[in-house]
Amino acid sequence: MQELVTRAKELLADGTVVRVLGWKRGDLSYNPEPAYFNSQEELEQFVYDGFCGANLSKYMIEGSKKEGKTLVFLKPCDTYSFNQLIKEHRVDRDKAYIIGVGCRGKLDVEKIKAQGIKGIQNISGAGIEEDTDTLNIRTIYGDKTCTYGSAMLERCHVCKGKEHMIFDEEIGESKDTKDADRFAEIEKIEAMSPEEKFAFFQKELSKCIRCNACRNVCPACSCRKCVFDSNQFDSAQKANVDSFEEKMFHIIRAFHVAGRCTDCGECSRVCPQGIPLHLFNRKFIKDINELYGEYQAGADTESKGPLTSFTFEDAEPGIVVERR
Amino acid sequence: MQRIGVFVCHCGSNIAATVDVKKVVEMAALEPGVVHAEDYQYMCSEAGQAKIDAAIKEKNLTGIVVCSCSPRMHETTFRNAAKRAGLNPYMVEIANIREHCSWIHKNMEEATKKAVILARAAIAKVSLNTPLQQGESRVTKRALVIGGGIAGIQTALDIAEAGYEVDIVEKTPSIGGRMSQLDKTFPTLDCSACILTPKMVEASAHEKINIYTYSEVEKVSGFVGDFTVDIRKKARSVNMDKCTGCGVCQEKCPSKKTPNEFNRGLNTRSAIYTPFAQAIPNVPVIDREHCTKFKTGKCGVCAKVCQAGAIEYDQQDEIVTEKYGAIVVATGFDVIKLDQYDEYAYSQSPDVITSLELERIMNAAGPTKGHLERISDHKAPKNMVFIQCVGSRCADKRGKSYCSKICCMYTAKHAMLIRDKYPDVNVTVFYIDVRTPGKNFDEFYRRAVEEYGVNYIKGQVGKVAPQPNGQLLVQGVDLIDNKQILMEADMVVLAAAIEPNKDVRKIATMLTASIDTNNFLTEAHPKLRPVESPTAGVFLSGVCQGPKDIPETVAQAGAAAVKAIGLLAKDKLLTNPCTAKSDELLCNGCSTCANVCPYGAISYIDKEVNDHGIRETRHFAQVNSALCQGCGACTVACPSGAMDLQGFSNRQIIAEVDAICR
Amino acid sequence: MSIEKTNEFRPKIVAFCCNWCSYAGADLAGSSRLGYPADVKIIRVPCSCRVNPMFILRAFEKGADGVILCGCHPGDCHYTTGNYYARRRMTLLFSMLDYLGVENGRTRVEWVSAAEGVKFSTTMNEFVEKIHSLGKNVRLEDLRCRN
Repeated sequence: MQELVTRAKELLADGTVVRVLGWKRGDLSYNPEPAYFNSQEELEQFVYDGFCGANLSKYMIEGSKKEGKTLVFLKPCDTYSFNQLIKEHRVDRDKAYIIGVGCRGKLDVEKIKAQGIKGIQNISGAGIEEDTDTLNIRTIYGDKTCTYGSAMLERCHVCKGKEHMIFDEEIGESKDTKDADRFAEIEKIEAMSPEEKFAFFQKELSKCIRCNACRNVCPACSCRKCVFDSNQFDSAQKANVDSFEEKMFHIIRAFHVAGRCTDCGECSRVCPQGIPLHLFNRKFIKDINELYGEYQAGADTESKGPLTSFTFEDAEPGIVVERR
Repeated sequence: MQRIGVFVCHCGSNIAATVDVKKVVEMAALEPGVVHAEDYQYMCSEAGQAKIDAAIKEKNLTGIVVCSCSPRMHETTFRNAAKRAGLNPYMVEIANIREHCSWIHKNMEEATKKAVILARAAIAKVSLNTPLQQGESRVTKRALVIGGGIAGIQTALDIAEAGYEVDIVEKTPSIGGRMSQLDKTFPTLDCSACILTPKMVEASAHEKINIYTYSEVEKVSGFVGDFTVDIRKKARSVNMDKCTGCGVCQEKCPSKKTPNEFNRGLNTRSAIYTPFAQAIPNVPVIDREHCTKFKTGKCGVCAKVCQAGAIEYDQQDEIVTEKYGAIVVATGFDVIKLDQYDEYAYSQSPDVITSLELERIMNAAGPTKGHLERISDHKAPKNMVFIQCVGSRCADKRGKSYCSKICCMYTAKHAMLIRDKYPDVNVTVFYIDVRTPGKNFDEFYRRAVEEYGVNYIKGQVGKVAPQPNGQLLVQGVDLIDNKQILMEADMVVLAAAIEPNKDVRKIATMLTASIDTNNFLTEAHPKLRPVESPTAGVFLSGVCQGPKDIPETVAQAGAAAVKAIGLLAKDKLLTNPCTAKSDELLCNGCSTCANVCPYGAISYIDKEVNDHGIRETRHFAQVNSALCQGCGACTVACPSGAMDLQGFSNRQIIAEVDAICR
Repeated sequence: MSIEKTNEFRPKIVAFCCNWCSYAGADLAGSSRLGYPADVKIIRVPCSCRVNPMFILRAFEKGADGVILCGCHPGDCHYTTGNYYARRRMTLLFSMLDYLGVENGRTRVEWVSAAEGVKFSTTMNEFVEKIHSLGKNVRLEDLRCRN
């Protein structure tokens, strides 16, 4: 981590960049947050550890509008989002100096809590350089431990890989964390009966409070004004009722990012209600891969997305019935 | 607040017999914004339009809904009526309560309920309509005719005579088409070449007509008045300016084994060839697939014998790009493949032929120099059997459901000509029905039966079996005498169904002209606009639209020409104002819309905007309304809803959905 | 006129038809007097690619029991490529609805040309029959929208 700070200071000092976009220490050891650093002094607050799950690429939309270059730290998976944003002219490549940072999987404090570890005061072992598989957790009830892997975000178990898709320089090593099949969950749901599926999603989506955290964090949901906030479709936000409203919101949100979603998993990470929102996006990704050929949004900045291209032989919508 | 008027048409009894129009008026009057509702016998009549006019003026209407027939029928009528009354023509919506309601529902209560709902949807939509202004676009005063048969030639001549430039694109080496393959024509029996050749010459000599033979349309872009077309001039390997048409090359060409397409494969031709003697242009082409020089690099005889030095082996295909205001499709027809009709032994016996092959056999320039003889042994036939409706009026998937229209007449012609020239040949015709509507047609057929003694048998043939002695055993049924028939024939002639030229599908796709299940091009209206395609600026000439004989083809060719001339005579066209429009404050500039636009109508600009007090330079989409055709692909591709389609906006369609589901 | 409430299930069916092919096909069905149930109400759109998934969800939200989209046959789009985009969009949308446990028979895409009045009528008859067999749409309707 110190290497990142040192390099950031150098780049600030030599005028390559005028600010740094990174993560700042939070009030607890497990809640760092994205932040801009405008000086070497401010960088004292910089942190990069296992809890820095936040994908900074979306912040570069605003960053691109600022004067001068911004140094941004991107994890391998974040670079897909950045590429996708370049493709959509939402960020300016020339305004960013990208340091690709290493990653050994990002942590989710909820996963730790779910293991019965409560009253957390401090967590050690999450540092990027620490080569340990154990997290030491100091709680008000005494010291506890859990494995690094058991506290990892869902998305890290299905990691897209250690490569940075775009960068100016790379610092740090990454680790293989993939130990699960990306589409296993989707397949499980697909195999359910319509009643089971409906019950499953009804249960999950009824938790939704329409706080819009998923939308606000999503690098693909970067519209200046969301359709759910405009009068274009008469669909402006409504209060939560146990009804179709949330399904509509989540289906349309997933549809709007279909073919553009890099599967960064931020939506699931930030959902305060713990709704596995990635199940929507990943369903579209799975369908796209199966029907129109493997496609990874953000793998490049040029290719046409699956919903803006076609072939004469494309499957007919009836395939949905046929596949069942 | 909109002030909406609703006008419910009885359409005589077409609507009023199944829809309680008074009820529709009563219910429509209750809808928000509706300040006027009335019904009338015929809204499209002058009196009906006068009612609309009066209501707009008296009640200061801001929008009207006409509950009547399909908007495809009278939308323009009512828009014009609104315009005359001072209302923007795009403040008109039609509720289709005839085609989509009264004509398909029998129960009055149900139909009335549905008509009310359709009216509500239209009212909900018109409440959100905004006045739209038509733009203008220019007209390129040049027409393209695709296909150089009689239809294409006639259309081109008529357009050229009106003073406009015309290009004909013909894929074969010569113009002339199917008609050039025919021997005689019904019902006058004049020689086909004698009446066609002067037309071909006239077309080729006309200063306004430019002919691209051995060429194909490769790409079409643009729209009515302003099409851009890429034409591929296939390498002819012969310099058209140098060639004198002496024909020595064809004589000397050592490779003479290529099936002769013009003679339907009944004989062979040289690799360098002109399809027929009267070909225009009279310049041969080298068929590279069969030319020894192109296959092995050796030979080159034609170049050696050509005094004019016209042979150019290194010619390449050339793409010519031209602009046109109107396009006429005249791609014609072909005879269906008979491989599905094994029962007639077409592929087993050379003496079972199609009628088009018989045309070539009877023609003096044909493979037998006009002598009627069997292909197998060159013997003169004694007994000939004609089988009608081979693949026409066919219930199963092998053939065509339609009547090919020309077969009854040409078979009568063939029978008559054979009996006239060879009175000792017995001619038998098996038919389902003999269809002879047309001037002097039935008289012609009666002559074949009564004067020439052609034996017509109502009934179908089940099987044609080649016998070891070379005869063909025909098994048929006589439905009138109700008996099986078994007869020997020397030759069997099949009246094979005709179908649109196979390239028409590709051309229709390029022109975005619609095509029916049989691959015939669809007309804009089956009765009232029979020579126009639904795609503006595209006209239909000849059999590409449906089976026709020569006089009908020529008549339609003239009609298509008149429509094209009507278009070319205009200096400006009014454009469809229902185009996409981007909201600069909502647009992200992501370019998704531009990726799906088929017309390249979307571009991006960087401009300073004021978004609720925030001034910044933004990258956003702009629609060129002259290029946009209003499909709406961009509106759905746009995630933020910045792109909307005027006249079919998101809110308008949602209002319709809501009204229907209410 | 009061729309009487009867016990018999009368589905609400929205049919989006493209102006160039399917709407004309529906017109042809009409002029050929090829009937189909009055439950089907047609909305005219310029092209199948104009149909936003939001329109379809909106219809369900407002109580539609079935939504069908009709467009030109692939290759025959008046705008060259519109129906190809529509095809991908609808395939993904329908797949998602199926994944959420919505009966997949409630949505359908059919390509109907201007000459296919018969196909239009048969398709609508089949679709209405299918919706009858599925019954009322309870999974998608927004209860607040119910009359």
